[in-house]
Order: sequence, then C-alpha cells, then structure tokens
Amino acid sequence: MSHTILQVENLVKRFGGLMATDHCNLEVRAGEIHALIGPNGAGKTTLLAQLCGELAPDSGRILFEGRDITRLPIHKRVGAGIVRSFQITTLLPKLTVRENLALAVQARTGHSFDFLGTVADESDLDEGAEDAARRVGLIDVMEQIVSTLSHGKQRALELGMALACKPRLLLLDEPMAGTDPEESKRMGELIHSLRDEHTLILVEHDMDAVFRLADRVSVLVAGAVIATDTPEQIRNNPQVISAYLGDDESAGPEAVQ
Amino acid sequence: MKSTPSHVRKPETPLLAGLPGPWTAIAVALVLAIYPLIMSSLGEEFYISVGSRVLILALAASALNLALGYGGMISLGHAAFLGAGGYGVAILAKYGVIAAWVAIPAAVGLAAFAALVIGVISLRTRGVYFIMITLAFAQLFYYLAVSLPEFGGDDGLPLSSRSAIPGLSLESDLAFYYFVLFTAGLAFVLLYRLVASRFGRALVAIRENERRMAAIGYPVFRLKLMAFVLSGGLAGLAGALLANLSLGVTPHTLTWHQSGLLMVMVIIGGSGYFWGGITGAAIFLLLEETISTQTEHWNLILGVLLLFIVLVAPNGVMSLRERIIAARRPPSPAHAKAASEENAR
Amino acid sequence: MFYLIIEQALNGLQYGLMLFLLAAGLTLVFGIMDLINLAHGSLYMIGAFLAAAFYQAFQSFFPALLLAIIATALIGAILERVLYRRLQRMSHLSQVLATFALILIANETIKIIFGAQPLMIGMPASLSGPLELVSDELYYPAYRMLIIVVGLAVALGLHLLVNRTRIGMWMRAGASNPEMAAVMGVRIKPLFTFVFALGAALCALAGALLGPLLAVSVGMGESILIPAFEVIVIGGIGSMRGALVGSLLVGMIDTLGRLLLTVGLKLVVDSATAATLGPTLASMMVSVLMVCVLFFRPQGLFPARG
Ligand SMILES: Nc1ncnc2c1ncn2[C@@H]1O[C@H](COP(=O)(O)OP(=O)(O)O)[C@@H](O)[C@H]1O
Ligand SMILES: [Mg+2]
Repeated sequence: MSHTILQVENLVKRFGGLMATDHCNLEVRAGEIHALIGPNGAGKTTLLAQLCGELAPDSGRILFEGRDITRLPIHKRVGAGIVRSFQITTLLPKLTVRENLALAVQARTGHSFDFLGTVADESDLDEGAEDAARRVGLIDVMEQIVSTLSHGKQRALELGMALACKPRLLLLDEPMAGTDPEESKRMGELIHSLRDEHTLILVEHDMDAVFRLADRVSVLVAGAVIATDTPEQIRNNPQVISAYLGDDESAGPEAVQ
Repeated sequence: MKSTPSHVRKPETPLLAGLPGPWTAIAVALVLAIYPLIMSSLGEEFYISVGSRVLILALAASALNLALGYGGMISLGHAAFLGAGGYGVAILAKYGVIAAWVAIPAAVGLAAFAALVIGVISLRTRGVYFIMITLAFAQLFYYLAVSLPEFGGDDGLPLSSRSAIPGLSLESDLAFYYFVLFTAGLAFVLLYRLVASRFGRALVAIRENERRMAAIGYPVFRLKLMAFVLSGGLAGLAGALLANLSLGVTPHTLTWHQSGLLMVMVIIGGSGYFWGGITGAAIFLLLEETISTQTEHWNLILGVLLLFIVLVAPNGVMSLRERIIAARRPPSPAHAKAASEENAR
Repeated sequence: MFYLIIEQALNGLQYGLMLFLLAAGLTLVFGIMDLINLAHGSLYMIGAFLAAAFYQAFQSFFPALLLAIIATALIGAILERVLYRRLQRMSHLSQVLATFALILIANETIKIIFGAQPLMIGMPASLSGPLELVSDELYYPAYRMLIIVVGLAVALGLHLLVNRTRIGMWMRAGASNPEMAAVMGVRIKPLFTFVFALGAALCALAGALLGPLLAVSVGMGESILIPAFEVIVIGGIGSMRGALVGSLLVGMIDTLGRLLLTVGLKLVVDSATAATLGPTLASMMVSVLMVCVLFFRPQGLFPARG
C-alpha cells in the first residue's frame, strides 16, 4: 500500500457560530483518487479552501508528506505541489487560453520578480501551456479569449490551469458542475487519465462518476468525515445511508443537487 | 510560436494592451529633445519650464498608473509620495546636501520607504477600505508637514538652489529641462521594462483576478507590494524633480486634492495603458494652461470634463484607438457567440 | 483646569454630534448603495451657503435653517436621480472620480454665485449669551448648547427611524445585505432617493448650525469630509450606531486630545511648539485610530454586516 500523502487532523473552522469544519480527520494516500462527498453545505469547499491555504483553520493540523503545512501561505503550498480548481469557474476571462495557461507555468518557473528580463523568449512558457492544453483538449482554441469559450471548455481550462502548475496533489471542486452529459463524460475520462501522475481529491455530486472513478470515498456531513472506505463499502455503509445517501424516499444522491 | 501560424493575428488582451512600439518611443523622445530648442528659437522661453512641468507630472501620473492602472490598486494617497520626494530634497538641502546624486536617490528612497510602510498595512484591506486607508495615510503626512516647524509648517520649505551636478549648472531652464528629460526618460524606460516583463504581466493578471493568481501559486501580496513600492518611489522621483523646478515644496503637494488630480490625469490618458499617464498629464496641463488664461473658472470646466469622461469614456483617451478599431471591424464569430450566450442567460 | 476639561468635553461633544450629522448620511449611502461619495462634504457646504443666503434675505435664523434644509434635500434627491443612480453601477474608481468632479463643480459654482469671500450667519439673539452651568464656575455658550441638544435629538430621531419604522427596516436590510435588499426590487429605488435626500438634509442642518460659529466658505466641505470618512470607517460602514460612536470618539479625541496633548507637551517642549504640535497630534491620532481599526478590525467597531 502506498504512503500517506495528506493527513488532516482535527481540523476546525468556524464562521461566526457555524462550525463549517468540525474536528475533521482525513487521510489521503499517494496515487489514489479520493472522492469527497456530502450534502450541500457539508463544508466540502471550505475544507478544500483550508487544504490549499485560502482559508486559515481555527485549530487542527494539516500534514503534507509528513510536514506541517497548516500555516503555509497558498503560493508555498502550490510550490510544494498542492493545487486546487474552483467550483465556480475562476479564470482570467479577458485573456486568451494560452495566456491563462502561460501564467500558470510562469508561476511555477519563477521569474515573476524578474522586472527587467525581456519576455521575448517565451518558449518555456509556451511549451508548458501547450502541454497542459493538450491534456485537457484545448490546443485548438489557444488563441481564443476565455470569455468566448463554452462553459464546458471553461471547466476544462479550470482543470488545465491546475495541471499547468504540475501538482502532486490536485484538489478538484466539482469539476463537472454545470456541464452537459457529453462534457461530463469527457471530464470523467480526463480525470481518469490523471490518476497515474497525480493524487486527487475529488469533490463531486455526480454519484455515478464518483463510484466509477474513486479508489476511496470519504463522506463529509456537517463538517466532519463520518466514514472513509472503498466505493462498494460506502454504498452499503448504514451510517452513510442514513446520514447522506438517504433511506428510501426522496433523499437519493441526485436529490442533493 | 510553434503551433500558431504567424498570420493569425493575436487578439489584443489586457496583457499586451497599450505597450508602445519602439518607433513611437523614439519619435516621442526626439520631439521632446528638440522641443526646447524650438521654443527658444521662437523666443518662448517660458514654455521650456512648462515642458519640464509636463514631463515631471507625466512621470508622477505614470507612477500612479503602475499601481492604479496596472495593479488595480486605487490609491487616493499618492500625493504622500510626491511630497516625500519633495520634502526629502528640501530637507537635505536645508542641511547643505545639494549634490543631485545624493539628494535625489535619497528622496526616492524616502518615498519608496513610505510606500513600503503604507503598502504593508493598506494592501491587507480591500475595495473601498483600501481607498480610505491610503487617503488617511496621505492625510497623516499632510498633518505632519503642516505641524512640524522643522518642515516649514504651512509655508513649506524653500530650496535656495537646484540640486547640483558636477560640471553642470541646472539653474537655467534649458539645462534643467534636459536634466528632467534625461531622468524621467530613464524612469520611463524602467517603467516600460517593468510592465513588459513577467512581473508586469503577473501584476495585470492579479488586477484581473487575484484569487485565480493566488491559486496558481503567485505570492500576490508581495507582488502588489512590490508594485506599490516601485510606484511610490517613482512618484517620489517626480516629487524631487518638482521641488527642484519650483524651488521649494509646500504642504499643498500633500493634500488629497493633489492625489485626486494625479488620478484624474491617469484617467484622462487611460489607466493601464503605457502612454496613459503621459498623455493624461500633457492634456491636463495644456488644458489648464490655455483655459486658465481665458477664465478663472478652470476648475468648473475640469469638473464637467471629468464627469463627462467618467460617464462616457471611462477608459480614457488611449482607449479611443481600440474603440475605433473595434467599431470598424465586424464582430468576430467567437465574439458574437459569446454575446448571444450572454443574452441567453 | 477641571472646568476647562468639562468645557472642552462639551465642545468635543458638540463637534462630534455635528460630525455625526454628516457621517450618518455618508454611512447610509456607503452601506446601502455601496457608493463612495466624496462630494458629501459639498452638500454640507451648499447647505451652509444656502442658509447664509436665506439668512441675508430674511434676517432670521430659524426660517433660513429650515429653507436651507429643504433646498439641500431637494438638491440631494435630484443628484441621486440624475447622477448617483448611474454611478452606483460603476466601479469604485469611477465613483471616486465622478464625485471628485462634483466637488470641483460645486466649489466653483458657489464661488461664481457667492463670490470668494466667506459669509456669516448671525446667531439668534436669544441664544447669543452664555449659559451658567455651575454657578460662577462654568459658563457655556447657549448657542453651542442648542447645537448639542439638536444633535442629540437628531441622533434619537435617526435611531427611531432606523429601528422602529418600515423604511428603517429596509435601510437596515440594505446595509447588511445589499443583494437581499435588491431582491426586494421596486421599493429600493425610492429608498435610495430618500436616503440621499435625508443625508443631504442632515448635511445642510450641520452646515447651517455651524454657520454662526465658523465662517461659511468655499472648501469647508473638504476639511470636514476626511474626519467624516474616518468616523464611518472606525464605526463600521453602514452602521448608524457605529457612526454615532465613531463621531463622538473622533470629536473627543480631536478636542480633548488637543487640550490634553498641548498641556502635556508643555511639560516636555517649549509652549510655542506645544501649541502647534498638540492640535496636529490630535488630528493625527484620529487618522492613526482609523488605520488601526482597519488593520485589526477591518469591518469597523460596530459592523453592519455579518
Ligand atoms: N465565507 C463564509 N462565511 C460564512 N459562512 C460560510 C462561508 N463559506 C461557507 N460558509 C458556510 O459554511 C458551510 C459550508 O459551506 P461549503 O464549504 O461551501 O459547503 P459545500 O461545498 O459542502 O456545499 C455552509 O453552511 C456555508 O453557508
Ligand atoms: Mg461546494
């Protein structure tokens, strides 16, 4: 069995009186696709935001490769290999696809404090940008302004931006949100193709996709992980069924959306 | 450029917007270099120092443009840096330090340091709070200058002579003009390199979407702070030159009215365009010069003009070129599609 | 010394309450409409000039005050209709520039109409004497007392308006959650006009009341605008309670701080230096306070949101 790449210990985040993350514990193994499911408002996005450094937890620890990163700023975590994508598409809409991706490559290769260096030689940025574009199927629209792309392509770029950062641990927040079935299928294949090179935490509402793609599934309810197991075990876990997957009536996984 | 055929024209995006070509820059430099010669041959010596003034304020406005236009930091306190540069030179002169190579770098350093302190605190705030906190800091500097007898109080500090360069007197308007042209020219080259560098692109991208830039690993705070400090330092350089031009500095330089005027210049020219600050300052001063000889109500006309710009052409003069180009070109299919999607929502 | 402090404290209260009149309108506009209005001080100036003009016409204080308030409120309502409504949809930068333009226009227009000389408003004769607060020990000008009483009455009135009426409920909803308020739809536009007119009326009230104490002059708006902004940032944008507490805090620091600092400084430096340094340090303390609040409690002391 592979080693633990990410360990979350007793993480707590409060928004005023609300415990958005409530003594959350999570352990992610290197190389796995680890799905994170839970009803709306369970705190999935909030947890991801703490993992990537956008939000500071109130207490608890986050260990990445055994190193405590709880207080590390976002850019250092990206440097260490933790990169997220956004549930709500967050791109540079006025720029081209190439420029978006090149910026992500530039962040990794540094030189952003290089004030005076000419930017005539862009080959390193272009190469990285094109690699990422090829991965997510956007190589044909490199020169298009992002705001003119379809929603599905923007979702693909959302993932491409993260990939261009060459992450080791990818945090994907509902990558299929708002896509049509065709785009959704392609996104699923894409995610599947990432498993060899990356560890993934996948937040997703599409249960079919989750059970198909994930090696293990954690169920988050009211800010705490109530179970972590293989997809089959999770499907039959009585605690999970009563808390989230629902009994018989309306509360099937689809109803959650 | 491997995968793009060269005949495909790159769309102009904010990352590339308004960067000057080399020929434009050379032409502008040439015109500026012969300008005082023309003026003195016409016997209009007065316009030489007007030229110096335009250059200096063009530098100040361009400095603000770096923070405001490129970095999206709406600072209503840049007068503080202008003042820091001016007071820096004047205070040193009071203690007998008039060598330009000491006084001017020291003044710039003072302004940059002020920008560092103000930036570290202000850049933690957002939106209107950033505007208010920069305003408050500038106001602090103003109170300080007015109250300390050391700084001449309300009257400010006079400068008994201009900064000195070995072997060259800057006392004549012509010599001073060339000194300003040289110094400001260097600063503009630096500014150009800044905005055309990877740093400049990162800065513009942060303006466009800070959250995204943080998520892909940019140290957003440090980059913005760096831009703010550079902007403050360059504004300080303008302040040092301005004090030399007017042979003194008064607390009026530090008022928020002055910060507002700098902002107005940037907006007239076009914020986020390389020539924006320069064009804006030139238009502003020329208008002021011509209109205030006709009527004493220049401020009324300025106010109306400004209101008009904000409501009708919020991107300034430099954006008109793009607008004209865009109006001539039929909308591309991609744009049309985006527009229809937008409507569908 | 003790009575001197009491007297200065009363002055601080009076200054603070006048600041509150400005800050109340400013914070509502800021909070509900999310609009930076640098020209708020211009309404104060316009109100003062109108009061002075009416005073010259009628030679009577209270009618002039009333007319000035009504006229300024009208001007505010018109400005909201023709300009601010459009600005509201624009960026903060555009708002800053457009309202900066308004300041230039207002100052120049006033200069054209009234000339560059400051005007005076005579105070009502019945209030021109001192009031004996502590027999033989503490006298306080009756007119200043009136200002304090009016200020307190307005504060109470605003409190009732905001907390006890339907309009107030909308205002609170608007300040705490602009999107939610926008969902309420139709009612929000007249509400904006009302809030703006109210803000303008309060400006005029402050301008007219202070007229007999200060000279009514061009530029008076800018000098009070900065403290008013500091007040609302300290108190929390959109919060009426914050505006009141902030105003009193700023008023006290400025007035009492001035006295105490000057006295204190005299122990350290010579008295001439202390006399110039004290007031400035007091003004600076207000700016420093605002910076500290922004740094440690960015949402202000009494946040309207969250
Ligand atoms: N910035 C915030 N301020 C206050 N409450 C928040 C904030 N972000 C999220 N919440 C609340 O925290 C809870 C968890 O939200 P979220 O992490 O977005 O859930 P999920 O992604 O699982 O749907 C929700 O109740 C949400 O309203
Ligand atoms: Mg979510």
